Amino acid sequence: MKAGIVSYGAYVPRYRITPTEIGKVWGVDGAGMGVALNVHRKSVPSPDEDTITISTEALRVALARGGIDPQELGAIYVGSESHPYAVKPTATVVAQAVGATPNLTAADFEFACKAGTAAIQTCLGLVGADMVRYGVAIGSDTSQGAPSDALEYSASAGGAAFIIGREKVIARVLHTVSYTTDTPDFWRREGQRYPSHSGRFTGEPAFFRHVTECARRIMDVASTTPASYAHVVFHQPNGKFPTRVGKQLGFTEAQMEHGLVTPYIGNTYSAAALIGLSNVLDHARPGQRVLVVGYGSGAGSDAFDIEITDDIDRYDRSVGLPVEAFLHGGVEIPYAVYAKFRGKIHLGGS
Amino acid sequence: MSIARFWRETPRRYNLGGSRCLNCTNVYFPPRAVCPSCTAHRQSLGKMEPFQLSGEGEVISYTIVHDPAEGFEMQVPYALALVRTPEGPVLTGQVVDISPEEVRIGLTVRATFRKLREEGKAGVIHYGYKFTPSQAAPSPDRRGAVAESVAEPTATGNAAT
Repeated sequence: MKAGIVSYGAYVPRYRITPTEIGKVWGVDGAGMGVALNVHRKSVPSPDEDTITISTEALRVALARGGIDPQELGAIYVGSESHPYAVKPTATVVAQAVGATPNLTAADFEFACKAGTAAIQTCLGLVGADMVRYGVAIGSDTSQGAPSDALEYSASAGGAAFIIGREKVIARVLHTVSYTTDTPDFWRREGQRYPSHSGRFTGEPAFFRHVTECARRIMDVASTTPASYAHVVFHQPNGKFPTRVGKQLGFTEAQMEHGLVTPYIGNTYSAAALIGLSNVLDHARPGQRVLVVGYGSGAGSDAFDIEITDDIDRYDRSVGLPVEAFLHGGVEIPYAVYAKFRGKIHLGGS
Repeated sequence: MSIARFWRETPRRYNLGGSRCLNCTNVYFPPRAVCPSCTAHRQSLGKMEPFQLSGEGEVISYTIVHDPAEGFEMQVPYALALVRTPEGPVLTGQVVDISPEEVRIGLTVRATFRKLREEGKAGVIHYGYKFTPSQAAPSPDRRGAVAESVAEPTATGNAAT
């Protein structure tokens, strides 16, 4: 496969809340919950941020880093489970906001937490078929858990944008495979404000089965072993699932270090694996191999076998903020402000 | 504001699309059809070209809003600033991602893309520019606070999505 990542950008909102603070409200050992989940802060979007604004910020960074004319973009796909409109594409607003309109195709993707990786696969196809010069795949979310639900301790906000092309590729995608089944582990029905999930069922038959099978399958196709990779990134609904699945597959903590971001910013859903990949690319060196395995409830996994090219040394990673800045930064807020920002306070009226 | 009017203004609200007079090189935002600086305005007819501002700027004055406009109730108190751009125009905009007490004259800012307002729960959502500090310096490193060990799963902690 000649196509790959030409540029990338990530964005995480400024505010943070801790599991301890959330637990105080619901009479739960929040600190213990944080340790159990390995999530110690999660990001919170401002009242004026949503999937559209987060996607736009991430893509603007990617365009600036790559020095790419937005008019050269032939496709923009935004993967999210929190598109602001049920009907009206996120991707059209993002395209307009970065100056890419009108000569491009655009659409929204939804596949729980793996819509962003599905968008990357689509862009690889379009670029590989020479239908577009550059395709953009974005994973972005501002998802919520119901008040007091376990998801409330991890569901956060963030986004990452990847520009896929054939020229000046900094990370070549050598192989990609998927693994998909009908597994009802997590869902949100039309019109429902918060998602539902099946508790422990989201573990073994869902996340672990799909991620493990997909990871093994791509290593079979690529004739690689865990030792072939300098970095590995898994979908990370919390900090413990990716760590555990990584160990089960034979990866070390050092290989997982840069790809694991959820402990610091929470579960950014469609962006989780992609912000992890962005952090890996912030640190990657030419010749290194990277394995990415996304996961989306419902359920499916997409895996990517990636090789970092020499062009990454000529790529300007100083533009915009590195992912580390988002992991380290942020301003913590109390639950009351979090509830106000996330619209959890009923203000009267209908 | 009507949908049609906001839609017409999308280039300026989304991308800071202004105009430049090819006769005197002055830049305007919002865009103008005629240059008010040229002594004979007709000199600029047909010479006004689209010009996109860089989004960089410096706060030259500001106020802290405690009595918000409709739709901004969740953001009180917030800073509204006059921002001078390097291209010349002075823009009015909200400064976000900063505590109001940290806003000051001389603060360098850059444009960011945010939600401006919603036409109710079922209406259209309007987006546009606001400003954020140019160098959003990260807060002190708290990464060391993150536990290295991973506890065993709990019954309530498994939601994967």
